[in-house]
Parts: sequence; structure tokens; C-alpha cells
Amino acid sequence: MGRITLDKVSKRFGDVEVIPPLDLTIEDGDFTVFVGPSGCGKSTLLRLIAGLEDTSGGQIRIDSQDATHVPPAKRGLAMVFQSYALYPHMSVRKNIAFPMKMAGVSEDEQNRRIDAAAKALNLTDYLDRRPGQLSGGQRQRVAIGRAIVREPAAFLFDEPLSNLDAALRVGMRLEISELHKRLRTTMIYVTHDQVEAMTMADKIVVLRAGHIEQVGSPLELYRAPRNTFVAGFIGSPKMNLIDGPEAARHGAHTIGIRPEHIDVVEENGTWQGTVGVAEHLGSDTFFHIHNTGLAETLTVRALGEVTLSHGDAIHLSPRAELIHKFDAQGLRIE
Amino acid sequence: MATQSSRSAARLMMAPAVILLLGWMLVPLVMTLLFSFKKYLPLRGGDLGWVGFENYVRFVTSSAFWPSVSATLIIVGGVLIITVGLGVLLAILLNQPMWGQGIVRILVISPFFVMPTVSALVWKNMFMDPVNGLFAHIWKFFGAAPIEWLSQASMQSIILIVSWQWLPFATLILLTAIQSLDREQLEAAEMDGAAPLQRFGYVTLPHLGRAITVVVLIQTIFLLGIFAEIFVTTQGSFGTRTLTYLIYQRVLESQNVGLGSAGGVYAIILANIIAIFLMRMVGKNLDQ
Repeated sequence: MGRITLDKVSKRFGDVEVIPPLDLTIEDGDFTVFVGPSGCGKSTLLRLIAGLEDTSGGQIRIDSQDATHVPPAKRGLAMVFQSYALYPHMSVRKNIAFPMKMAGVSEDEQNRRIDAAAKALNLTDYLDRRPGQLSGGQRQRVAIGRAIVREPAAFLFDEPLSNLDAALRVGMRLEISELHKRLRTTMIYVTHDQVEAMTMADKIVVLRAGHIEQVGSPLELYRAPRNTFVAGFIGSPKMNLIDGPEAARHGAHTIGIRPEHIDVVEENGTWQGTVGVAEHLGSDTFFHIHNTGLAETLTVRALGEVTLSHGDAIHLSPRAELIHKFDAQGLRIE
Repeated sequence: MATQSSRSAARLMMAPAVILLLGWMLVPLVMTLLFSFKKYLPLRGGDLGWVGFENYVRFVTSSAFWPSVSATLIIVGGVLIITVGLGVLLAILLNQPMWGQGIVRILVISPFFVMPTVSALVWKNMFMDPVNGLFAHIWKFFGAAPIEWLSQASMQSIILIVSWQWLPFATLILLTAIQSLDREQLEAAEMDGAAPLQRFGYVTLPHLGRAITVVVLIQTIFLLGIFAEIFVTTQGSFGTRTLTYLIYQRVLESQNVGLGSAGGVYAIILANIIAIFLMRMVGKNLDQ
């Protein structure tokens, strides 16, 4: 069981308020991702839940029990750190056994759980090695193994993939998602990478400067971003946000249109411009369009291989029903 | 990487330094070996010719030999235990964020800048003097009879003085090691349910293993040869005559260069035996 409730939780370091009072409920079994730019307080929030930082106010409840002042080890949470934080002088087996040893689990039970975790994480052949002799991905798996054997109420991941190279990151992303589907345990995952957030999460919490900007499923955030920050943060490439007279024409202060919702047309498009840089990915092509009469450079996604090159004229039509409108405060207008 | 010619040029250019260092080491060693086989009494007839192994036999069979070896080992061992033990504690303490950290760190290091002779004199006259010393005053304040430190607790006193001198060195090395400890490892151990003492035992201490080995190794090399502290305080009496001090007495007080040289060769052998044990230990710790 792992239902985590934050009730007006706040955190200040001296005079600096890193997290203003904040409410959030994480349902049992959910894969929740905290995402936001660096310095938005997402790691601090995770550390507050873990108990590695003390709250400055409010209450943290785990399964309706007040855990605000419970020491980290007693909260029944397991954490996977960005640096993996493996004990370098212990073998993989001893690393995984460590939390059980501290909890006084019997030797037989320890071995049973280690073998099960090693099998699940493909670590069986490496149990007698030391962390220094393992690759980044293997170390990551050992760190996850050390978390699994505690059979925690919830897993906390603090940017676990940011030290891996791109190919491994995609692999580990799948493995962690797979693990969540298998264990059905609550997981909280912190990242600054919106692709990780979109691909893994049941629920995304977008944070900025300690404030929760929006909470919702990946597609909810994609379809209906509550403000311009979320609109610009979720989705890749970024949504085009357009101010000025063009927005006023739609009765808004700012309008947003995703690159994949602009069609390249032969003629009579809403906007005309010239092609700047074109990024060919094979499946898609991203064009950066200049000289449209708008202040902003537009990004457009075209399917497949489009043979337009630098300096060519282009006609564009946004799909009217997919234009997002925002008011002067940046909030969504329905 | 290097070509044939650049390698031979490198050898040529290193040669002066290598030859100088080799000479620096070899000349005294060879002279010591030579003298150890001679009866050489500078004030009583000078060089009296070869005597074979007589000096070696006399040095070992002298009643002062084994006590001096044990005194040496006790001082080295005692100082190592105190400096490493207190050094680890001090390093942990100094690693905590606190007000005036920079100044405190410099103060902790400062004993290392005091010359051994000076520090021994200060300890002898200002702290351990049974009449005017600070310790005597403290003892008298509490109504106790002052201890005559250098005669009643001579060994402890010397270990205390030398430890005071070497504690900064141990602290400094261990502090830099502790600063390189990943904070996330301690946090991981905390989340895994390790109590503060267990975190120290399972994470901090193993992390310091390598630094402790370095401290033990370097200190042993220097501590085997301590001399000034003994010369200034007890002059080798009250059981504080180390091997180094015994050699000094044989050569300069008895004016018997041959006998002292034989003692010097024994000192080299002792140092090597200790070095072999240390290198085994170090090898294990540094290979990780």
C-alpha cells in the first residue's frame, strides 16, 4: 500500500521559500512523475517525502498515517539516487542485502529476496562483483535491486537516468515502466526530461519555482495545458506560442499551436514564410519558419521526407480546433 | 607513444638526477656497512682494523638492544593508534559546517609547523614540569600530588608529545578523504535504516580505509626515526631509549662508530620488516 498525501507542505532554506505550501495526493499504485526545469524544487519535494529534508510546515501522510516527523528508514519508502549511491566496498550481493541486514531480516529470507531481485534485474552473474566493475546501466539496476528487496510502500526515483547515455536511457526507461506494471507499487519519479515524463507517467506533476502548475495524465497535459508554461514545457518540439495581433484575432492574449498541428499546404495558407533550418529525422521533418509576419519563429512538423530546403517559400495552415488560447495571465481560455 | 630517440633523450636528461639521488642514498649506506665491520674509536686510537661480525654480535647481545626495539615499536604503535583514532574523529568534526571553519582548520594544522625540538621543550617545561608546569598546577588545584611526567610516565609522555605533533597530519589527510565521500551514499544508508554509528561503520570508515593506510605508512616511516623529542626530554632514560637513540649513544656518547654502524644496519632490517608488513596491508587496500 502506498498512498501519499501532502497537506500544505512547505520548505524554506533560511529566508528563501523553496516550496510554498502545497497540496498533492499520490494514489496507491500510481506512477507519478515530478517534472520541471532545474531548480523548480522537484528534487526537494522528493527529499521531503523521503524524509531526507525536514518540512518547514504542513503534513505528510503515508497511508493516512502522519509521517511528517518519522525518520526516513521508518517511512517504508525506498529511494534510487541519481549517483546510484552504491556502497563501493561491498559486492553487489552485499549492497542489495544491506537494507535487509539493517532491518534484521533472516539470512535465508535475505538470500531468497536477493536471488529473486537479481533474476528480475538480470544481475545474477554479477552478484559477486563490486560496483566499480559494473557499467552505468548495471549499477542502476543494482540500485533498483537494493530498493526492491525492501518491499517498500513506494519507490522514489531522483533523476535516475540522467547519468546514462541516450541509448541506455531508453532501455532503462522501458525496464522501469515494466517493473512498475509488474509490481504495481506506487512510484514517484523526478526528472527534468519531459520525454521521460510523457512516456512513463500515469500522472504528471508539472512544477515551477515550487508551485504545482498542473497535475494530470500525460495526454490531459498534452491536450489541455492549463497555462503557457505547461504548454511550452510538455510536448516535443515545443508548442509555438504567438502573442500580438494574430492572437487578438482569436480573442486571446496568447495562442498556442503545436508543430504537429500545422499543415503544410500548397497555397492560400494562413501564414506564408520562408524555410530556415530543416531537421530531417526520417519519420518526421521539423522546419523552422521565418518571415511569417509574426514576431516568433514557427516550428512545424511535416510527416515523412518533405523536400523543402533552406530559403524556400512555404504555406502553412494551423488546424483551427487545435489552437490553444491563453489570457494575459497566461491561463487557458476554454 | 614516445619514439626511440625521444625515449633515449629522456633517459639522458634524467640521468643527473638519478645519479645524484642514487649517490645520496648509496654513499652513506656503503659507509655504514664498511664501518660496521671495523673497530673504529675516534677518540681512543681511531681505526683499529677489521673485526668481522664482532660489532653485530655485541650490539644484539647488549642488554639495551631488545628493550630499545620494544620501546621503538611501542612509541610507533601508540602514536599511530592515537593519531588515526583522534584524526578520524577530528576530521568528522571539522567536516561539519560551523562558524569560523577556516580559522579552526588552520589552528588544528598548526602543531605541524612547530619544530620537534621546540615542541618537546614547550611540553617539557610548560606542561610537564613537576613544579611549574601547567599539569602540575591543575593537579595541585584539585589537591593531588603533581605527577613527574617524564620520569613516572615517560613512555606515555613521549607518545603524547609525538602524537600532538602528528595529529594535524593525520587529520588533514583524513579530512580531505572525508570531503570526497558522496553525500548520497550516507543518505542511501540512512534510508536503508542504518543508525548513525552503523553509517559510520559501514560507509564512512571503509571510505577512509585508503587514507588511513596512507597515514599509517607515512607516519611509520617518520616515527621509526624520532630523535629530537627523546633527546630534549628524557635523554633515553626511564625506558624511552629507542633503537635510533641507542645508535646515537653508541656512536657519540661511547664514541664507538663501528658498534653504532652495526646498530644502524639492524635499524634498516627492522624498518624493512615493518615495511613488508605495511606493504602487504597497503597493497590490499590500494588495489581496490
